[in-house]
Amino acid sequence: MALLEVKDLRTSFFTDAGEVKAVNGVSFELERGKVLGIVGESGSGKSVTAYSIMQILAPAGKIVGGSVKLDGEELIGSGENVMKTVRGNKVSIIFQDPMTSLNPTYTIGSQLMEAILLHTDRNKKEAYARAVEMLQLVNVNEPEKRMKQYPFELSGGMRQRVMIAMALACEPDILIADEPTTALDVTIQAQILELMQSLQEELGMAIIMITHDLGVVAQMCDEVIVMYAGSICEQGTADEIFYNPQHEYTKGLMRSLPSASTAGTRLQPISGTPIDLLNMPKGCAFAPRCDAAMKICIEQAAPRVDVNADHRSACWMCVKNQIDNGTIEVKGGEVNE
Amino acid sequence: MNNEQRPLIEVKGLKKYFDINTGMFKTKQLKAVDDVSFSVNKGETLGLVGESGCGKTTVGRTLLHLYKPTAGEVIYNGNLLKTKSDIKDFRKHATMVFQDPYSSLNPRMTVSDIIGEPLDVHKVYKSKKLREEKILELMSHVGLNSEHASRYAHEFSGGQRQRIGIARSLALNPDFIVCDEPVSALDVSIQAQVINMFEELQSKMGLTYLFIAHDLLVVRHISDRIAVMYLGRMVELADAKEIYDSPLHPYSKSLLSAVPVPDPKIARENKRIVLQGDIPSPLNAPSGCPFRTRCPYATEQCAEAMPEFKEVSKGHFVACHRVDEIN
Repeated sequence: MALLEVKDLRTSFFTDAGEVKAVNGVSFELERGKVLGIVGESGSGKSVTAYSIMQILAPAGKIVGGSVKLDGEELIGSGENVMKTVRGNKVSIIFQDPMTSLNPTYTIGSQLMEAILLHTDRNKKEAYARAVEMLQLVNVNEPEKRMKQYPFELSGGMRQRVMIAMALACEPDILIADEPTTALDVTIQAQILELMQSLQEELGMAIIMITHDLGVVAQMCDEVIVMYAGSICEQGTADEIFYNPQHEYTKGLMRSLPSASTAGTRLQPISGTPIDLLNMPKGCAFAPRCDAAMKICIEQAAPRVDVNADHRSACWMCVKNQIDNGTIEVKGGEVNE
Repeated sequence: MNNEQRPLIEVKGLKKYFDINTGMFKTKQLKAVDDVSFSVNKGETLGLVGESGCGKTTVGRTLLHLYKPTAGEVIYNGNLLKTKSDIKDFRKHATMVFQDPYSSLNPRMTVSDIIGEPLDVHKVYKSKKLREEKILELMSHVGLNSEHASRYAHEFSGGQRQRIGIARSLALNPDFIVCDEPVSALDVSIQAQVINMFEELQSKMGLTYLFIAHDLLVVRHISDRIAVMYLGRMVELADAKEIYDSPLHPYSKSLLSAVPVPDPKIARENKRIVLQGDIPSPLNAPSGCPFRTRCPYATEQCAEAMPEFKEVSKGHFVACHRVDEIN
């Protein structure tokens, strides 16, 4: 059984302008000790997916359907008391901006100890020792001194280390990292990613890595989910997604990346602008920007088909290719696998 | 590029120090840009990279005299900028595209007023009709529809706003544009559209760019030459391909190796040089070479003297005492 099973998760925000389906039928599984990357543009629903798993949505947001099972136990509808034992204890999250997610009025030490005191039966002295140990683990120099300092006294990279220490203090099974290095410089990003990798190997936890940076995904992840407009358009192992992308959006993303070999040539951008979630098209959400869009793409959302055992994609082009090479058959207008 | 080696912009010994209040009646000098010299040839793109706080934006702004330089010279087309009128004239030829397309456009102005503002400031057009025509021409250059002219900035997406900012920077037919992180606020799929537009405008209008960015893959794509900055100083300057294939300065080496490459196989085998420690505060910059506190090759000599920014091979400048030993 997978550690985390998400099935047909739907989360909407009810705004004055109407219902925004931020997450629209997301399903995936996460095995113990694996690193799963979720990539997508801003507004694609990657963060909301994570917040829905943790049930820490803003008041306007509601989970309207689906299931999230942690170790076989259903979390949706389980109530706030159950979630309190899950958050920070079994599933932890680190946020993009370490400055706003640390409380500026408390010392690093008291914020670290808070989580430990809440979730374990350690007393204050033991919690202090554990907090110092955690700071050492994430390579914060002079941990005893840092315990007495306030967040503003630390650099951005140091703050993100403190966030990681805090998230790992109770040895969670799953660490959700929501754009953990986006606010950091490249050399500091390399330090943090290296740290996360070594901690992951050491502690054997699973990581959900949310990012828009395909470079970070390539470096960190075993499996990748590509999201667009609240739905998963493609998922599979990192190698499959990078070397054998099947969805037109993923292909477009890979093509549009600048690199050493594109110098002196024009990039191949995805045309159009990101989708307005209030005015979703009837068919495939990516169809209005897709160069390969067919009639059916505008009319009907594509089903998810298996490309191979490690790879699924929801694109009509992919269905078409499979029909062409005889993997799936068409019977009376219906697609049968 | 084709126009051989005629510098359009020359910067010599540029310095910009800020006075920072460190307590009541106490100030300290922050050396944001310290003794930076380079030139930008006509029609080329010079990429300027470095981490936050290294002074790359300040170089761009001081170069345009948006900040008054503490010391140093800026020479445009062979003329040294001295008087106020020199600077005002220079600003017709040199403009800027800003990083944040949200805060750099006035929310109370319509798109046509935003784009037309430089024309008004420099009193370029006498009749309203000619001004309108120019604005519509600019909008078509950057791929905006004429019906957008009467709208306000908040009605546009990030990528379109950046197009408005670019149209504004083109209003006076400049030769030189400082692009300060123009694509870092944009999504990947939009980023490529805007980068392409920069390149198309360059070849169409013969523009020269100083392209400031922290995304090294973007800079590699667009630049002819690249300069690397660290703590207010330029540490390396070379041809784009050369600096990527064989960086000489230890900071450039680690910076380039730290870039996550979007290719799992390469990423797995890639040997990253992970630097220890954080960037020192520019208020307490280390003595001697600014990089020595994080440099794996630092010796006593590095703490004593500032390394000279010298040419080691044709067009390849490095500021490192031990450049010959470590390469």
